[in-house]
This record gives sequence, structure tokens and C-alpha cells, in this order.
Amino acid sequence: MSELVAVIAGGLSAERDVSIRSGRRIAEELRKADFEVAILDLDSTLVDELIRTKPACVFPLVHGPEGEAGSLQEVLAALALPFVGSTANGCRRGFDKSVASGLLEDAEFATPDHVVMPQGVFRELGAQRLLEVVANQIGLPAMVKPNRGGSALGATRVDSADELPSAMVAAFAYGDEVIIEQFIEGTEIAVSVVDLGDGPIALPAVEIVPDSGIYDFSARYTAGTTEFFVPARLSEDALTKAYELAVAAHTTLGARDWSRTDLIVNSDGVPHFIEINVVPGVTETSLFPQSVQASDFEFPALLTTFVNNAIDRG
Amino acid sequence: MSEGQQQGSRLDPWVDSYAKRTEGMKVSAIRALFSVATRPEVVSLAGGMPNLAALPMDDVGDMIGRLIKEQGEVALQYGSGQGVTKLREQICEVMKLSGIEGHPDDVVVTTGSQSALDLVTRLFCDPGDVVLVEAPSYVGALGVFSAFQCEVVHVYTDEGGLNPEALDEAIKDVVAQGKKPKLIYTIPSFQNPLGITQSPERRKQVLEVALKHKVMVLEDDPYCMLGFDGVVPRAIRADDAEGVIYLGSFSKSIASGLRVGWALAPHGVREKLTLASESSVLSPSNFSQMTVSEYLSTQPWDQQLKAFREMYRERRDVLIGAMEELLPAGCTWTVPEGGFFSWVTLPGGINTTTMLPKATANLVAYVPGNGFYVDDEQGSDAMRVSYCFPPLDRIPEGVRRLAATIEAEQELIETFGPSATKSRKSGPSTPSPEIP
Repeated sequence: MSELVAVIAGGLSAERDVSIRSGRRIAEELRKADFEVAILDLDSTLVDELIRTKPACVFPLVHGPEGEAGSLQEVLAALALPFVGSTANGCRRGFDKSVASGLLEDAEFATPDHVVMPQGVFRELGAQRLLEVVANQIGLPAMVKPNRGGSALGATRVDSADELPSAMVAAFAYGDEVIIEQFIEGTEIAVSVVDLGDGPIALPAVEIVPDSGIYDFSARYTAGTTEFFVPARLSEDALTKAYELAVAAHTTLGARDWSRTDLIVNSDGVPHFIEINVVPGVTETSLFPQSVQASDFEFPALLTTFVNNAIDRG
Repeated sequence: MSEGQQQGSRLDPWVDSYAKRTEGMKVSAIRALFSVATRPEVVSLAGGMPNLAALPMDDVGDMIGRLIKEQGEVALQYGSGQGVTKLREQICEVMKLSGIEGHPDDVVVTTGSQSALDLVTRLFCDPGDVVLVEAPSYVGALGVFSAFQCEVVHVYTDEGGLNPEALDEAIKDVVAQGKKPKLIYTIPSFQNPLGITQSPERRKQVLEVALKHKVMVLEDDPYCMLGFDGVVPRAIRADDAEGVIYLGSFSKSIASGLRVGWALAPHGVREKLTLASESSVLSPSNFSQMTVSEYLSTQPWDQQLKAFREMYRERRDVLIGAMEELLPAGCTWTVPEGGFFSWVTLPGGINTTTMLPKATANLVAYVPGNGFYVDDEQGSDAMRVSYCFPPLDRIPEGVRRLAATIEAEQELIETFGPSATKSRKSGPSTPSPEIP
């Protein structure tokens, strides 16, 4: 009898649909690999359902704070269920952009200069003056985004100081803390990392060239609006550095099994860490599947290894 | 690593083949937020789904069972492009309630009135032609006009509905620019999204302006049976048979899943409508049409309408009562006398599109006002709230969450100042029909 894998997808964030599509795709691939698969939503029935069905392995694919900030992984650990992906600690480190950047900076990798602040600080100290100070420190253009979020939701490129207030309000719509970071001009790439038990390895980098110039939610999920190059059109040296950084991010932040690191490579060929995703999307337009397709791995075999390794970990 | 993969990919091999009219068809973050509204924890004041709780399902089930047993070979077969004759006769009886004397030969049954809207636009509008609509207007209509590459002109709409003087001026402006005004699209009764109703005088004035400029009125009247006082407003079409195309629907008065609507059109238009409909769908569903026909023949439709009206009136009262009690000072809203919707305007430059993620995080959903305009700026301080679908006892909780969201946004705007309220619409910002 085949083993049951519970894929958890959905949740209550704006990435709900993305997560559900990722979940369906993973489920299809696992079924091809002869697993029995149940797709569960992250709702009030989840714990009872997991206790009742006792899956051999759980594959969490929920995006946003519920799925990527560690709480779901805490629940799975408390239920003593093996699961694919990062532990709660790894998720927490990865999901908080400022924590992740700080750790990579400490490891002497390039990261954009940034400032993270909650709404209350702006209210108490005066937003206008504080934004002036921050803009002077970081410089413009800058990226303004929620400190804990994904899919570029609430993210805005700011070219002039008068655009900062609306960008702040847009970012605070998705969370209580906002990160304002230096805009790095260069080639936008994503490097997926997998660990099949012999240590993390980087898959071919995906270069992202959105028609609109901004890889926002629409550019991410509307097929045809972004051009991708796999591997990225970079020098061997730049690619090597990018792969080193992605593997270092995976290791330093304590990611497990898989991750995707988003980077910008500047004109000097220096990769800058932007963020890590410990629950990468796997929709039709997502970056992780493109990396896998350009690698020597087969997607079902890769997923099977993730699941088997999780089961072996217990 | 595989080699030779330097060729760029767009993940869609047909990307260079699409028609120009698909340019606006993009995934949007705002629309993605609406998927959260399907979760039971969320009180959705966003959708426009009719509430079928008051429909006697056992009786309808028995009726459909009999229909299939007795007339299955007809009901499940292709039918006429214009629609089932008996139903067209019954539709004429239904329209008499709106003061319309129509002939069954001039009725074309369609797959919901949305399909009629599509067909009429196809007949009248070339790319660049102008359609004049209320400000704001039904997003499904704006989508159709956009798909046919029409230029949409929003006309000032006051508390009495489409303003005739503004309509007159708008048509003159369009003509002066060398453009062709082809249609005046209006929802005169319990308008979506405003919830307001044109008075009889206002309807006459609108018609006079249309006739003066020889522009066809496209009267969309899906909510006309749902006036809370039980009175069906007299349609614009009741006063002119040649200058008005009337769209009706059973989606709100019986069941939206049957997808039965119709167009009543002047003879010449009707001929073309039938041909256009045949080329589009061959024939509307015989099964759905015969179900509606049987329902009208055998079920107490008057009583059913009364039950729907009472249900929606009670919901309206609960919504308005909750908004009066809970929404922050400065919020204003329309009080509909029928239909499904109220239009809420917020103070202090709050942008309802920007605020929506916070609302869904607070487990309440609404539709941002700028979704009902063709540009990003208009309606950004407003929202459509619906009372038709959420459980009655959840509506106050939804308003409570909405009020908390607005208050939090007010604090944010106060912190960052009025320049923080720039519109942020990107792509479709209204929910798909199945969102509750």
C-alpha cells in the first residue's frame, strides 16, 4: 500500500490561490511517484485531519506568514509528523527579510543597505522627518516592501521622496513592519537550492526580465508577461558567485530540503542577496520548476527524495 | 546542468498571437485577495451572488425531475437560437410588470443577460466607439466594453441616478471630438454598485437626451423585481420601443445558476441579435429555459419574489443599522430600496484598494470602488458592500471588522499624510462571479 502524503495548501493570505495551484501540482507529481496524496487547507479542521489520517509525511506549501514564518512547522513538529522543508527556526530566519539580510551580511555577502521600522515609530517620531532621514541614509531609488511577505505584494520601487508615503502605506497593508532598502541596479535572478541528503546544491539560475520592468504580482503570475533565461545570461564567474551565495543563504539561515534565493547581480558581477523563500512556489509560472527543468533532475524524483528524506528523519 | 538553454522563455508559446483586446487580461494582486473571501472565517461583503436560501429546493427538484421525465428529449436537445417560444411569451408577461408591452418575436433569450450585453456590444460597437455609462457602473459591463475596445465615458451620476444634463453634455463632447457615441448603458433600478434608483421623471429625461442625439439606450434591469416595497419600477423601455434595448434576467428573481436572461430589441436589432447569438452559442440551453418556463407555469413565483424581497430587505436593514452604529464618523453610504448593494464613501483620502489587504487580514472583504470605473483614480475613496449573500447574523460582525480596518487605515494616513493615498490599482480589482 502506498504511503500517504498530506499536502497543505491554501491559507488566508493573498497568496492563497498561488499556494493552492502549487499544492495541486505537487500532489499530481507525487501521485505519479505512486504516493497517495491528500490536499488539506490550513483551517480549523487541519489538526484533527492530520491526527486522524496520520500521514507518513506532510508537504507544507502555504505561503505568507501562516505558512512561511514557522508556525505551521511548529504545529507539525508538535504532532510529531515528518515534513518536507525548513524547520520553524529556519522559516523564521528566512521569512524576516531584515534578519535574513543581517545574517548574510555578517557572513560577508553583499546585501542592499536597509532600514526596518514598524508603523508606531513613524507615528511617534514623525513620518515626514523620519522618511527624510531614511531616504538620505539609503538613497534613492529604493525598494519599499513589507518586512515579512512574498510575491512582491505591497512592494514598490520609489524614485523620488514624494513617492515614499504612498509606498509606505502600500507596504503596511501587508504587515506591521516595512523594510526600505537600497535599489540595486542589475540582473534579477533566482537560484533554487536543493539538498537531497548530500548537502545543498544550486540549480541553474533563472534570469527574470519582466516586460513592465517590475517583477510584481501580475508579472509573476500572468504567463507571457515576463521573459526568463535559464541559465541566466551572466559570466561564469558571476554565476559561480551567485550559486555560492544561494547555497550560503540556504545553509546560514538553516533552510532544509529546498529553498529559492532571489538575487540581483550588479554590473560588477557581484550578487546581492534580496531574500530567501523557504516555501518556493511551484505554479506554472514559478521559478523553482524552471530551475529543475534546466537541471539534471526530474521533478517527481526530486519530490520523492524530499518526501523519503523527511520520512527517514522521522 | 543542461546546456543550450540561452533562449528566453515566456512560459506561453502563444504570447505573440493574442488579440490586442487581451492586453488588460492580467492576474492582479487585488483579485487574488478575493480568493480568501471563499473561506468561512471571512465575512464577504464583496460578492454579488444571489442568496438561494429562500428557494424551495425540494419543489424545484421535483419539478426538474418531472421535466426530464416528460420532456427530456426536447429539454436536452439543441434548441432555437432565439429561444423557446413559450418562455419568450412568458417573458413578455414578466416585462408587463415593468410597464413594457413587448412581442415574443422581439425577445432573444440569452445565457444570462451578460451574454445579451456581449451580443449587443458586438452588434453596435467598433473599436474606438464610445459607450456612455453611469459613474460608477457594473464591472461586468465595463469588461465587455473593454473587450470590444470601446471607449467608456463615465457620466456624472447623482443621488437620482444618471444625470441627464451631464449626459447631454457628455454626448456633445464625444461628438465634438469626432467620435461616435453608440450606446448609453444604464441600470436604472437598484443600480450596481450604487444601489440607487432613477425616478420616473429621471428616466424620461434620460430617454429624451438619448432620442435627441439618436444614441441607443441599453437598459440593464436585473434587479427590477427586488424592490423592497414590492413595486416594480417602470422601465425606460416602457416609453419607447425603438430607442431602447432592454436586458432582463432570471438570475436574481429565480436562480443565477440557470443562466437565463434575455434582450428585448427593436425588430431590426433583434434579427441581428439572433444571428449573433447563433454564431456565438448556437442556442441557449433548452434545459435551463424549460426549467424557467416550468417554474413560471407551476410554482408560486409571486410568493417566491415576496420571500426574496423580504429576505434582502431584512439584510439591508441589518447592514445599514450596523454601519450607522459602527462605521467611523465621516463615512457615508447609499440606502438602497431594493437589490443587493450599498456604496460606501470613506473620509480622509483613504484608498480602498490599498486598504483591501488589511481588510482581508481582518477577515472581511469588500470591492474597492475604482473597480467600477475604467480609470484608476475615480472611486478610490469608495467601496461596494453587498448584503445579499453572507449569513444574516454575520453581517454586523463584517461591519465591525470593516470599521476596525478603516480606523487603522485612518491612523496610517494621519501618520504619513494625505500624499500617501495615491491610487494603486493594477489589473482587475473586482471578484469573479463565484466569490460569495
